[in-house]
Amino acid sequence: MGEADLSLAPLSDPFVPELYRTVRVTRELRDTVTLELAPLSGKRPAFEPGQFNMLYAFGVGESAISISGDPAEEGTFVHTVRNVGAVSKALSALEAGAAAGLRGPFGTSWPVEGAEGSDVVIVAGGLGLAPLRPAIYHILANRDRYGRVSILYGCRNPGDILYRHELEQWRQRLDVDLTVTVDHADASWHGNAGVVPSLIKRTAFDPHDTVAMVCGPEIMMRYSMNALRGAGVSEKRIYLSMERNMKCAIGLCGHCQFGPEFVCKDGPVVPYSKVARIFALREI
Amino acid sequence: MQDTMTAGSKAVLSSDALQALIVALARQGYTVLGPRVRDGAIVYDEIASSGDLPAGFRDRQDAGRYGLEPREDGAFFGYAAGPQSWKRFLHPPAQTLWSAQKTPDGFTISREEVSVPKLAFLGVRACDLDAIAIQDRVFCEGPYRDEAYATRRANVFIVAVNCSQAGGTCFCVSMQSGPKADTGFDLSLTELLDGTQHRFLAEVGSEAGAALLAELPHEPTTGAHLAAADAIIDNTAKQMGRHLDTDGLKELLQASLSHPRWEEVARRCLSCGNCTMVCPTCFCTTVEDHTSLDGFSATHVKKWDSCFTLDFSYVHGGAVRTSGAARYRQWMTHKLASWIDQFGTPGCVGCGRCITWCPTGIDITEEAAAIRASQCVKEESDGGA
Ligand SMILES: Cc1cc2nc3c(=O)[nH]c(=O)nc-3n(C[C@H](O)[C@H](O)[C@H](O)COP(=O)(O)OP(=O)(O)OC[C@H]3O[C@@H](n4cnc5c(N)ncnc54)[C@H](O)[C@@H]3O)c2cc1C
Ligand code: SF4
Ligand code: SF4
Ligand code: FES
Repeated sequence: MGEADLSLAPLSDPFVPELYRTVRVTRELRDTVTLELAPLSGKRPAFEPGQFNMLYAFGVGESAISISGDPAEEGTFVHTVRNVGAVSKALSALEAGAAAGLRGPFGTSWPVEGAEGSDVVIVAGGLGLAPLRPAIYHILANRDRYGRVSILYGCRNPGDILYRHELEQWRQRLDVDLTVTVDHADASWHGNAGVVPSLIKRTAFDPHDTVAMVCGPEIMMRYSMNALRGAGVSEKRIYLSMERNMKCAIGLCGHCQFGPEFVCKDGPVVPYSKVARIFALREI
Repeated sequence: MQDTMTAGSKAVLSSDALQALIVALARQGYTVLGPRVRDGAIVYDEIASSGDLPAGFRDRQDAGRYGLEPREDGAFFGYAAGPQSWKRFLHPPAQTLWSAQKTPDGFTISREEVSVPKLAFLGVRACDLDAIAIQDRVFCEGPYRDEAYATRRANVFIVAVNCSQAGGTCFCVSMQSGPKADTGFDLSLTELLDGTQHRFLAEVGSEAGAALLAELPHEPTTGAHLAAADAIIDNTAKQMGRHLDTDGLKELLQASLSHPRWEEVARRCLSCGNCTMVCPTCFCTTVEDHTSLDGFSATHVKKWDSCFTLDFSYVHGGAVRTSGAARYRQWMTHKLASWIDQFGTPGCVGCGRCITWCPTGIDITEEAAAIRASQCVKEESDGGA
């Protein structure tokens, strides 16, 4: 009542963005860029693979964007943004030197430590590779801590393949099994064709000792869950990253609810066992 | 008689003391907010004297219906919850969070300073007290706190009023939130009317409440006063217009996400969102970004939102909850089930507002009962097979 403690006001308000400057822009695809953002003052906060930030474009608004950079590197936040609407368009238009607002990092992370000692299967669809890239960097940098490592990546068209140069580097490694597939092959494509969940049964891993990390369109994740469970991987060891409308990212606006979960704070990365009850239902 | 007041202390006030109470709060710097009649309904607004209170009114409420009628006895608080709750004062419908100003090499951001008026709420019912406690959990106990809410909340003085008259859509007894205010107030009042005398039994809930009561002209209580107050509350509890069976309700609803009743209620629901706006616990917000005409300054404004809008669940490519059935299901299962997972309490206090203010008279208690009934039928037939 009358005597609650007012002295708890924090130094920074979780609703208020910090100022960042764009230090590098890389065009990835026709509609997708990677931004490197450095704080105007102070150190870039630490983050874990799978977490996201709220990026603010002046006057337009905020969007939840996953961190796609290497957690071992300091100094900047790396984000890969696809232009699909007002905010993402303004973010994609940022040029080197331009200012942006940023709040974060928020949310849960991929179990890169929990997966140590086990086989790892990473399943990505389209832009879903962006939030998985920090986990891949971490796992490859600490390769000896893991069993077999497989990366399965699917895109709609060959022109949608993200981080092509890096994929080629990873493919050259003898300690990683990387497979890329496209839904619609064209004359220029000589690789696999077909949807990414279909690669799962062709992949070598020990189902009883595997951690799977899955991110992509919801339908692709649904099929991937089925394929992984079909292969015998426990629901507790299959992780996925959820996407829901987000306004606050701090558990206060209600927008990101998925059943009892607030995707912004209980997710975005969740073990499938936590959401299996409702994942297959429509319009949750 | 000793006159040191502490939490739980009781005293009897004459009905004139209500005016003294308002004056004392104003003297302490509080803006006093209380019930008033406006546009045919009882709303909460600033009051300057006890003459502003809706004395001599009662309300008639039913699904989709609300009306005021005169009452003979001149009771100040002889009505139940009106269309507004106290939510609008603690969690305002629109709030600027911060603003940004263009500079030659980018922009700056400044946090909106929260002005914190000292507010006194006069006439908070038990259900609404519980609703405030629920919003306290939502806004102050997560990993992140809504500082603006916490600051406003810390400056509120609460005078609760125990209900002497249940409304036609009330079910606080089912939700165990009323009709008597047990905690969360500075001072509580029970209005005692016995034909000849008009008095209040006051109960202290905090030190601030004790100090205030000590300032008011008061008399010691007698056994008869206490018995009269208990009888009023017992009587109100028996008048509940609605009932909700909460036994195993969370599990029941969470197991009924594909129930045909959602489609059925969606045929009646207009997705207008009234239920979420009048609900004292619904907390969802959206944000809007505005730029000045010259493009040099921008604001980031938080506004009440409703899970009944299509935009609420929009992600690139379309809304997640396109059907009315999915939106009603989200609302009701949130209120009565997933809220318990999230905050350890249901998001419903049984105030009945969503029932009264639904233009088509959809009744949350009836919807829950319908799902329970068909579930029972199913279990019976399963069992009999
Ligand atoms: C945890 C998380 C991580 C994400 N990571 C990335 C990423 O790394 N790269 C990237 O390009 N996109 C990412 N997104 C999606 C991105 O947030 C949306 O594409 C973006 O908000 C669309 O906003 P807009 O104004 O450009 O589009 P509009 O269509 O104009 O959006 C209108 C509003 O709808 C909401 N919205 C629309 N689409 C989405 C969506 N897919 N997810 C959540 N809210 C949405 C936003 O609140 C937005 O303000 C992520 C989303 C989430 C939830
Ligand atoms: S759901 Fe309805 S009855 Fe329950 S607290 Fe909200 S408005 Fe009141
Ligand atoms: S339940 Fe009633 S009040 Fe709520 S959105 Fe539907 S029509 Fe409107
Ligand atoms: S984004 Fe606001 S509660 Fe999760």
